[in-house]
Amino acid sequence: MRKSTQLFLIVAAQLVIAALLWVHGSLSAADSERRLAEERELVGRLMLTDLALFTEARYTRHLSQADLHTPFQDFPMALEHFPSGSFVQPAPGHFQRVP
Amino acid sequence: MREWIEKQRYIIDFTLSSLLRRKVKNLGLWVLYMLVVFLLASVMFYTHAIKKEAVDVLRHSPEIIVQRIIAGRHDLFPVRYLDILKRIRGVEAVGTRLWGYYYDRSSGANYTLLVPPEQEVVKEDAGRESRTVTVEQDPKALHEEHRPLFATDGATVEPGSVIIGNGIARVRQAGPGEFMIFRAHDGKVMSLKIAGLLSSSSELVSSDLMLITEDDFRKVFGIPDDLVTDAVVSVTNPEEVTTVSMKISKQLPDSRPIVRDEIRRTYDSIFNWRGGMMIVILSSAVFAFVIFAWDKASGLSAGEKREIGILKAIGWETSDIILMKFWEGAVISLTAFFAGVILAYIHVFFTSAMLFEPALKGWSTLFPAFKPVPFISAEQLIVLFFLTVVPYTMATVVPSWRAATIDPDTAMRQTGE
Repeated sequence: MRKSTQLFLIVAAQLVIAALLWVHGSLSAADSERRLAEERELVGRLMLTDLALFTEARYTRHLSQADLHTPFQDFPMALEHFPSGSFVQPAPGHFQRVP
Repeated sequence: MREWIEKQRYIIDFTLSSLLRRKVKNLGLWVLYMLVVFLLASVMFYTHAIKKEAVDVLRHSPEIIVQRIIAGRHDLFPVRYLDILKRIRGVEAVGTRLWGYYYDRSSGANYTLLVPPEQEVVKEDAGRESRTVTVEQDPKALHEEHRPLFATDGATVEPGSVIIGNGIARVRQAGPGEFMIFRAHDGKVMSLKIAGLLSSSSELVSSDLMLITEDDFRKVFGIPDDLVTDAVVSVTNPEEVTTVSMKISKQLPDSRPIVRDEIRRTYDSIFNWRGGMMIVILSSAVFAFVIFAWDKASGLSAGEKREIGILKAIGWETSDIILMKFWEGAVISLTAFFAGVILAYIHVFFTSAMLFEPALKGWSTLFPAFKPVPFISAEQLIVLFFLTVVPYTMATVVPSWRAATIDPDTAMRQTGE
């Protein structure tokens, strides 16, 4: 088999896998709708405000509820000693100066 | 057309043979290239999926939350402030929230204890009072099909019992019917029975949640009856949320209103590229690309120059050589790009981004088990394509164009071989 044919077969196989993953994405997005609906319902009923993604510090557990001086104590972009603090930053506008 | 295709195929055949002659170098390059794409695509897929899910789910958060701030810190909210809030024009309803953190020494985890709002007291036949959480319908969630919030149907939060999130159940290896021991603020030991589990599919918002009755909550933390954690305000006209929030700030100067849009913006900017870890990942990927491009753009190796010289001597046109180099760049970058993207998809959406988990988990004991929803936008892939494939292919073509325009005799002599 010519080398160019082999290359086309490899690229075609990659494209087919990518297409299958695209289909998987669309199907699971539809499937996940049930999970999302459940989460929305829980957020609505229990009046939740944040994701339980980072539970190590109170200001990373409730990012939107943290008071302005608790996280990022030194300055808004200071590196955190909690690892998750390096993935998040204060909400936009929190450190804007009011003239 | 057929002739043109045949010509391209011959050039590709030749290019592949040429690449295979330097197998180890090119394979190493391909693997490195693929890993850079994999890393960038994984970060892109994961962050986009979390952001989309957060913004979608948190649309149902309270419209305004009012906290009390004392000496720059969040403080407990006096119940008497509720009357002031109710009198503000545009306010539809006012409620309270009771929640707090409990550090469990035995598991080393932080729990979020929450009193389910608007509980309805149900008088049972035996005269016993119980509170159910599923009674009060959120008007904004009415369009969604009603489903029980708990894995165990009919689980109720009664005095002396709790309903826990799946993360807590996993960490404590505890289930319904078992007891959890709490150390209250005054040192007294409280034993609360696990009445049920929150559904496992909602772990992203409920993994560390523990629903508890108001009385038990106040007993654990020693919070007096006239104080709550914060207040919740709903507004008659959604357009007036900002105005109402400004009125709240004016009426209660020691308060801090947080509007729902701020929550949305907070999660929209999570994993922002300026964040610490993100910039480390992105800059290392960018540096890897700079090294690639530098290696290519700084010139060809002696062997490659000699190859070009020989090809020109046997009659190849400059355009053919550029075409060959174009295919060389395209073969490596295109296959590495597709392989990297496919592996990134599998990593993020099939293995729940297991390589990122240690970093995301940090020092926390509780981490929600969830599979991100595959929200993929074509825009992301196009950006990644133009950031990786195009510069690399260009960096391959440019130096070969310089080498291909010089005399074949000089090209062969310059190699010094």
